[in-house]
Amino acid sequence: MNALSRYRILLPVVSLAVLLAATFWMQPRAMSYFGLNLLFNLAVPIALATIAQMMIIMVNDIDLSLGAFVSLVACITATYLLDTPALGLAMLVTLILGYAALGAMIHALELPAIVVTLGMSFVWGGLALFILPSPGGASPDWLRTLMTVKPPFAPMAVVASILIAILTHFLIIRSGIGTVLRGVGGNTRSVARAGWSVLKLKACAYGLAGFFGVLAGMALVGLTTSADANIALRYTLLSIAGVILGGGEFVGGKVSPVGAVIGALTLTLAASFLSFLRLSPDWQIGAQGAILILVLTARLIFSRKGGET
Amino acid sequence: MKISKMLLGAASIALIAGAGHAGSHLTDTSDKRIALSNNYAGNSWRQAMLQSWEEMGSAAVADGVVAAADAYTTSESQATEQAAQIQNLILQGYDAIVINAASPTALNGAVKEACDAGVTVVSFDGIVTEPCAWRIAVDFKAMGKAEVDYLSSRLPEGGKLLEIRGLAGVFVDDEISEGIHAGVEEHKQFEIVGSVHGDWAQDVSQKAVAGILPSLPEIIGVVTQGGDGYGAAQAFKAAGRPTPLIVLGNRQDEMQWWADQHAENGYETLSLSIAPGVSTLAFWVAQQVLAGEEVPKDLTVPFLKVTQDTLQETLANTPEGSVANVTYALEDAQAVIAEAN
Repeated sequence: MNALSRYRILLPVVSLAVLLAATFWMQPRAMSYFGLNLLFNLAVPIALATIAQMMIIMVNDIDLSLGAFVSLVACITATYLLDTPALGLAMLVTLILGYAALGAMIHALELPAIVVTLGMSFVWGGLALFILPSPGGASPDWLRTLMTVKPPFAPMAVVASILIAILTHFLIIRSGIGTVLRGVGGNTRSVARAGWSVLKLKACAYGLAGFFGVLAGMALVGLTTSADANIALRYTLLSIAGVILGGGEFVGGKVSPVGAVIGALTLTLAASFLSFLRLSPDWQIGAQGAILILVLTARLIFSRKGGET
Repeated sequence: MKISKMLLGAASIALIAGAGHAGSHLTDTSDKRIALSNNYAGNSWRQAMLQSWEEMGSAAVADGVVAAADAYTTSESQATEQAAQIQNLILQGYDAIVINAASPTALNGAVKEACDAGVTVVSFDGIVTEPCAWRIAVDFKAMGKAEVDYLSSRLPEGGKLLEIRGLAGVFVDDEISEGIHAGVEEHKQFEIVGSVHGDWAQDVSQKAVAGILPSLPEIIGVVTQGGDGYGAAQAFKAAGRPTPLIVLGNRQDEMQWWADQHAENGYETLSLSIAPGVSTLAFWVAQQVLAGEEVPKDLTVPFLKVTQDTLQETLANTPEGSVANVTYALEDAQAVIAEAN
């Protein structure tokens, strides 16, 4: 079991390192402060969205509305948060509470999360279109400054990824509440019998997902400087792939925040790598899929071996 | 200043047309690399656009005008993906990036990164709003108005018109329609008595026109948005009505129908649309910027007009199921630049 848990984080790290080495070899220009930032800065919102998705997968659910939710947050950030910060902030807080309520509802009424979130994706999408019918808006200055800040030694994208990984690692793996939340995914009944309210815990997990979803949307606007209602739709599947790539599993509360961040970086890098390869776009989706399958196959082989020893 | 610039532009066109050499009076661009960032390749227009780029780009590289003219298409038509693609292109060290954008605003961050890295950014068709980029936009209003202007030259006594619009809710549809109505306002002898949505597709147009025809008086002209003329003609024919003057939109099936009609009864009309080869116009604009030419940030795409004189030639060059195309040359780009100056 010890070997397994060690492999679990080892594999995403190795995948990222191999891909990074290949990218540097293909495109030596990427091996610089400026290059790394360009390569990874769009991975920051994806990493945050992946953490959000991880919170949901942690409690054995799946969120198909995340992309639409991040798009909605982006629209609010580029309009209300810019013009009337207080109202914008209130809207974002309401959204997080709404996510928590959603989690509570899914648990209380024993609804399948996949259906509820799929339905909610249309609600988020509709709201986003309502707020921003045509592409536009602008990023609040402080957000733009934050996302384009040039820290010493390492570029913003790398620093932000490391910060996100460390903070969520402490929140989910080290803290008491994080352990109980993972327990909900591992064995709901035991957690309930131990005296915890599963309803509150699920609301908490969904609320955390909403919180990181909001951060993802804001980070995205800080990078793109504006929003449109469809800006982040592909984050839904990217975030799920990121969690799994990073060593998470769909059941059992087995997730890894550090792995999830690395998974998001790997996915972003895979797309850039294929583009550097000058692969025809017709083949790119397929190749991206192939990379995913390759990593998952490797993990399966490793975990089988880990299970045997 | 303005006139002198125009003169300079005209002079350089004459010079280059005479010498047949690309922009050599300015900085040499033979070591510059230009990339095309495209977000979608799923219809005939985009396919023709990429093909034009490919043909013209390889010719330009062979002639030593630029070092590279590569095309990149994202696998999914998403703004975030295209933003990442643009950042990759910066990393790959291109000197200019020509963009057909998935969103007018969502790429602004990446475009700004490119400008800050000293990369020239030229957007066309799907333009970006970031001020540091060049924009080659389509004047759809002028296109709508040109249709009515043509009708008034053919039918000076005027009459009743049918308008076929595009896809509801898309800004292109609003713009063209606005231009048509502005034209009708100017040429008072015309009146639009009916309006249907044809969704830029022949089958939808045919159904829509067939549905409204019984309620209409005699129609002398049909103003369209492209992709809908053939369907309208079929609807008129099925209803046993005389074929009105239908303005067409450069689709191969429309032009084939026009040629058949002309052979049969001398039918004449006008066809106009935006050529997919506008990607090559954007290429030359980027090349001119790299060469150090002063280029205004906002340029307008000329329409590709097909008249009776050019019909046979255009039709012969247009593959079945495709749309009339033209590859722009350096002189065309300079003419466009001179016009905007």
